[in-house]
Amino acid sequence: MPVTDLFDELEHVLPLVSKPIQYVGGELNAVVKDWDDVAVRWALMYPDAYEVGAPNQGVQILYEVLNERADTLCERTYAVWPDMEALMRERRIPAFTVDAHRPVSEFDLLGVSFATELGYTNLLTTLDLAGIERRAVDRESEPLVIAGGHAAFNPEPIADFIDAAVLGDGEEAVLAITDVMAAWKSEGSPGGRAEILLRLAKQCSVYVPGFYDVEYLPDGRIRRVVPNRPGVPWRVAKYTVSDLDEWPYPKAPLVPLAETVHERASVEIFRGCTRGCRFCQAGMITRPVRERSVTTVAEVVTNSVQRTGFEEVGLLSLSSADHSEISEIARGLADQFEGSNTSLSLPSTRVDAFNIELANELSRNGRRSGLTFAPEGGSERIRRVINKMVSEEDLIRTVAAAYAAGWRQVKLYFMCGLPTETDEDVLQIARLAREVIRTGREVSGRRDIRCTVSIGGFVPKPHTPFQWAAQLGADDTDARLAKLRAEIRSDREVGRSIGFRYHDGKPGVVEGLLSRGDRRVGRIIEQAWLDGGRLDGWSEHFSYDRWMAAAERALADEPVDVDWYTTRERGEEEVLPWDHLDSGLDRQWLWDDWQDALDEVEVEDCRWTPCFDCGVCDQMGTEIQTGPTGAVLVPVPPLPLMAEVAARR
Amino acid sequence: MRTPDREYVAPVARYRIRFAKRGRMRFASHRDFQRVFERALRRAGVPMAYSAGFSPHPKISYANAVATGAASEAEYVEIGTAAALDPTVLQQALDASLPSGFDVLDVVTARTGHFVDRLEGSVWRIRLPQVSESDLADAVAALLAETHVEVERMTKKGARRFDVRADLLSVECGTDESGCAILTLVVRHAVPVVRPDDVLAGLRQVASLATPSPPVVTRMAQGPLTADGRGVTDPFGPDREESARAPA
Repeated sequence: MPVTDLFDELEHVLPLVSKPIQYVGGELNAVVKDWDDVAVRWALMYPDAYEVGAPNQGVQILYEVLNERADTLCERTYAVWPDMEALMRERRIPAFTVDAHRPVSEFDLLGVSFATELGYTNLLTTLDLAGIERRAVDRESEPLVIAGGHAAFNPEPIADFIDAAVLGDGEEAVLAITDVMAAWKSEGSPGGRAEILLRLAKQCSVYVPGFYDVEYLPDGRIRRVVPNRPGVPWRVAKYTVSDLDEWPYPKAPLVPLAETVHERASVEIFRGCTRGCRFCQAGMITRPVRERSVTTVAEVVTNSVQRTGFEEVGLLSLSSADHSEISEIARGLADQFEGSNTSLSLPSTRVDAFNIELANELSRNGRRSGLTFAPEGGSERIRRVINKMVSEEDLIRTVAAAYAAGWRQVKLYFMCGLPTETDEDVLQIARLAREVIRTGREVSGRRDIRCTVSIGGFVPKPHTPFQWAAQLGADDTDARLAKLRAEIRSDREVGRSIGFRYHDGKPGVVEGLLSRGDRRVGRIIEQAWLDGGRLDGWSEHFSYDRWMAAAERALADEPVDVDWYTTRERGEEEVLPWDHLDSGLDRQWLWDDWQDALDEVEVEDCRWTPCFDCGVCDQMGTEIQTGPTGAVLVPVPPLPLMAEVAARR
Repeated sequence: MRTPDREYVAPVARYRIRFAKRGRMRFASHRDFQRVFERALRRAGVPMAYSAGFSPHPKISYANAVATGAASEAEYVEIGTAAALDPTVLQQALDASLPSGFDVLDVVTARTGHFVDRLEGSVWRIRLPQVSESDLADAVAALLAETHVEVERMTKKGARRFDVRADLLSVECGTDESGCAILTLVVRHAVPVVRPDDVLAGLRQVASLATPSPPVVTRMAQGPLTADGRGVTDPFGPDREESARAPA
């Protein structure tokens, strides 16, 4: 059956919108397949604007993995800007994919990758523009809407709007789902929507919210979450890819024409993190650590650079300097890129794993950017609470070494509103920053060095030891940040070398509501969207008042409110909305770790110390995979025209 | 004190490139194209010359970029390289490396100076769906009857008023094979440069010409103006003559 190509209609509105290039596709390495040549059709959505969504590694990897299958096609779609949304409504242009401009509603599956909860309203916009029923129960022939990404570890707030959710690594999950979908379609789609969802739930560890009923206690807490039909599991487990060397993606990364937030090739050097920072959801839900070998990293990096032309390569992971062979990777790649103006970057570096030699290798062939560290907490005490084991001495020594080696600018990330935090803990940040500047001036002999303190409000996340914690309210957050700012400015002589960047506490409250919400929060999302909520990750579009008004209306008949979801501490026995979703972490271990946090007791990293029984490896049948492998990098062949020039000499 | 660890490398050779911006790629902005072009050079392995300093940039000069939304058969860019190249090899390598829609049409070795000065004028072709040929002809006649037509354009610095008539050297109306009205303009480059949109604004102003569907604008050529002002010649001409006279 032929499918509509919407480009002719779009061509008329493209001259009227801002940054039209984001809607036309045609990126280098994009794939367009014949609609009728395949059995299964996926649309993948990153629920934010193209400039944020296009570089997303998760979507790019799944796009490639799916398009490599002969029986499958996969296209991408992103949130449209309000000017485009208005014109699409006016001209009745439905939501489309950027690859071949096909209507999203015609695909079999719509996979949505939620890196953050603030993308929820963007899902509703796309469903509405696509003509897909907002509520999963009302859908018939529409695509199956499947949520993935870190936020899918608690998909309960969007349970009404999605057909299913997948937890964990996507590579094997999308292939398993495709197999089941292909088989079901070849049989003539027996039993309709209910049947395919049941098969996915039974065969592929896919969470189908509609197959579970939530019962509440009179006080508003959850009584229990229980399957409402036979054959579906009590708890749904996450996916874990066990050998990253077998998944050397991206092989042909997309190169957007439009400017995006990450103008670089990105290569994941390992997945998972066991540093055990208690606030960090990513570190908790992606265990265990699985390193990609130095050989595969080099292969993927070299291929990415040759096929994209990017000048920078991001070596991604949750704490990149922790790779067992990071020095070999940095030195080996710097050798390969000698003279080619290609720089390497580590997006997240721990103070204790950083060294100047490494930093020099990273910038050897390209531009030297500023250095960023994340001590997260201002006082030693609060760093014990969050298990970010970085001593002040370490921090000052590392930063001093950076200034001495010629860096002028150091950025420090902190959080405000951590459990047990007092004003004093936050004010310590000012003292720390002053110490950094004083030491920096001393070792560099210069006055023009700078330190930027960047601070954001802490939001407790599901599947972390802080899932039970009370979030600090917006007013308290703002008051604490105001005191910190005054403290930084109190010493004008040093203070003028310290930059201070912060966000007010309001967006964090909405993020907290959506992070730890249950199914009743779905009504708030729907109301906020009906009231005009769009692109909530953008400060110019986000409205706290709209969200609060929506919550008041949506929860009018409930014994709970926004404070109940955010600033309330939970008890050990309370059923949490995500307890039936299995990240592998043992609930008792999480609770004990929460108690350890309150007692300011630290926990080691299981890569270097005996297992402390977080539960993941036992539960999921996985294991830690780290080097060193001892492999040596071999030089790569030169690029096409370079080779031609060399040959003529 | 840190010093730049890269010395300035003077270009060994310079090449002038004519390329087209076609189809959906016309929605790329000039900045979009710059990124696309620099990456294409890197993918092709063109041995670029770089500027000195902490932030080395490849030696590339762009000339008279067409506006976002307009197509072109005649965009020009000049690059400086660290090694001598065969222009034909460069053309093929670069064309293969650029995304489809950006097509390299011609490459010459730069043998003369003042290239941008040779781009005296542009030939534009404007496709006007849902406009009748006779309405267009009437409007054009009305515009040509005037000696001065001031239009307003929004710029970053606010509204700006200027004359579109003086630099409009030639206007022809016709239809394409599908019967759609076509306007062909020859415009002299001056400051501020008169764009096809400005000419359409002039037609709207003098004869209330309506364009119900967005016009599709294509730059067909750029170069030295002919004596009669009805066209342009190849701006690569002097480079080709010099190469023929004194091969490198």
